[in-house]
Amino acid sequence: MTSFWSIWVIVLTLACLALIFGLLLWNLKNYTGVEEGESCGHEFDGIEELNNPLPKWWTYMFFATFIWSVYYLAAYPGLGNFAGFLNWTSSNQGVTSLEESKQATEEAKANGHWVQLDKEFEAADERFGPIFKAFAEQDIETLAKDQKALEIGQRLFAQNCAQCHGSDARGAMGFPNLADNDWLYGGTPDKIKETLLQGRVAAMPGWQDALGDQGIKEMTAYVLSLSGRKVNQKDADAGKAKFAMCAACHGMDGKGSVAHNLPFGAPDLTDNIWLYGGSQRAVEETLRHGRAGVMPAWKDILGEDKVHLLTAYVYSLSQEK
Amino acid sequence: MSNNNSTNKHEIVEKNVGLMAILTVFAISFGALVEITPLMFQKDTTQPVDGLRPLTALEMEGRDIYVREGCYNCHSQMIRPFRDEVERYGHYSVAGESVWDHPFQWGSKRTGPDLARVGQRYSDDWHFAHLMDPRSVVPESNMPGYPWLNENVLDGQLTAKKLEVFRNFGVPYTDEDIQGAEAAVKGKTEMEALIAYLQQLGTHLK
Repeated sequence: MTSFWSIWVIVLTLACLALIFGLLLWNLKNYTGVEEGESCGHEFDGIEELNNPLPKWWTYMFFATFIWSVYYLAAYPGLGNFAGFLNWTSSNQGVTSLEESKQATEEAKANGHWVQLDKEFEAADERFGPIFKAFAEQDIETLAKDQKALEIGQRLFAQNCAQCHGSDARGAMGFPNLADNDWLYGGTPDKIKETLLQGRVAAMPGWQDALGDQGIKEMTAYVLSLSGRKVNQKDADAGKAKFAMCAACHGMDGKGSVAHNLPFGAPDLTDNIWLYGGSQRAVEETLRHGRAGVMPAWKDILGEDKVHLLTAYVYSLSQEK
Repeated sequence: MSNNNSTNKHEIVEKNVGLMAILTVFAISFGALVEITPLMFQKDTTQPVDGLRPLTALEMEGRDIYVREGCYNCHSQMIRPFRDEVERYGHYSVAGESVWDHPFQWGSKRTGPDLARVGQRYSDDWHFAHLMDPRSVVPESNMPGYPWLNENVLDGQLTAKKLEVFRNFGVPYTDEDIQGAEAAVKGKTEMEALIAYLQQLGTHLK
């Protein structure tokens, strides 16, 4: 704040307080020329205004607010640039980047001028940090059998993951079921953790232009036949002949990225699990316009320790109990 | 009975409504002069954060749909500097993020969650499913569905004008931005516009 605005705030604040205080004092005396308890001389429907003094309890409370305001303005940042003797701040409101925010926090800690929010985080870290740290040191397979770890993981899941994957983790159209041991990017603890930390972006292109209506129909027939569905064999054979264009991601056998150790997140087409629906129409739609599944990255939002617990929870869902 | 003592100053104020109005305005103006006026001239509150960029034409249309549908009635865009909020939503909101938001969408009530940093937190597909029918993805949600957004198509006739108005507010739109505005949104659905707006929320503090 420039000193002009600082002085502006100080002068107006103190002037306002002084005016109100003066007004209160002035009102403690009777200037009306009417005796206390007597009528002020007007009456409506038999109701008269009597000249009563300000109630004592109300007056004392008013004085108390002034005493409080003097303390408050001395202790907290209320008067322009004056920081108050407690040196208290709620946050680093002036920062212009996350980097600056981090720096401001570090500096404040270093010179002992704590920001309220940082204090709260520090206190929480002291209390909860060791718990998360202890879990972070154990490997995920162990945690997946630890009841307490799973309870924490389950809560984190409910807060952050259930919006897409459902509170039972069984997914919805377009959002993978996490309990069926069918994985797009791998179901080992490491792979799950990687998915959670970094997020995933899948891109199934649309093939309408390349295949045309007939081609889409044939490819749909072939894809459905892979999971043992009854289809028009002629169409399926024609689709199979063109399947090489799909094989780059799904593999020549259609068993998907994970089976072929590929990083694309292309689903296994032979297992009758359908991320975007397995009806003929849904598969045609997928083939025509493509799909773009996105898993957001959680590293910056939750931090690695919490992701570690979440990984254990997600991993436990598809393990034999 | 009646008392017309001229020294009764209470009566002067009580019986002259114009004077009373002037004194009332005088009394309440202190708050605004101290708490609002200085903010308009503070670097802290008028300087954009480093990563801030103007909304694209499509996002701007999405913002207008956000306002039209009254999203601000149930969703705030203001993360306060408390641990519970920062843990749930992300870094607290800073003034420099809202300097090009006219009027700002901070809201004042949370029936639904805060949206100040909802950008990139869910996929476009999720937003689509959720806006069409919130209970399809969040069974306990009491948010209404907005399926008509997927049917209404933008014609973009007013988009350039909107950007121009914001340029007058000091948002650095270029001539190319304004010329290309109509083409950028024409034929897109309101759903696409709203999702584009939501996906950039809070992503500029980097």
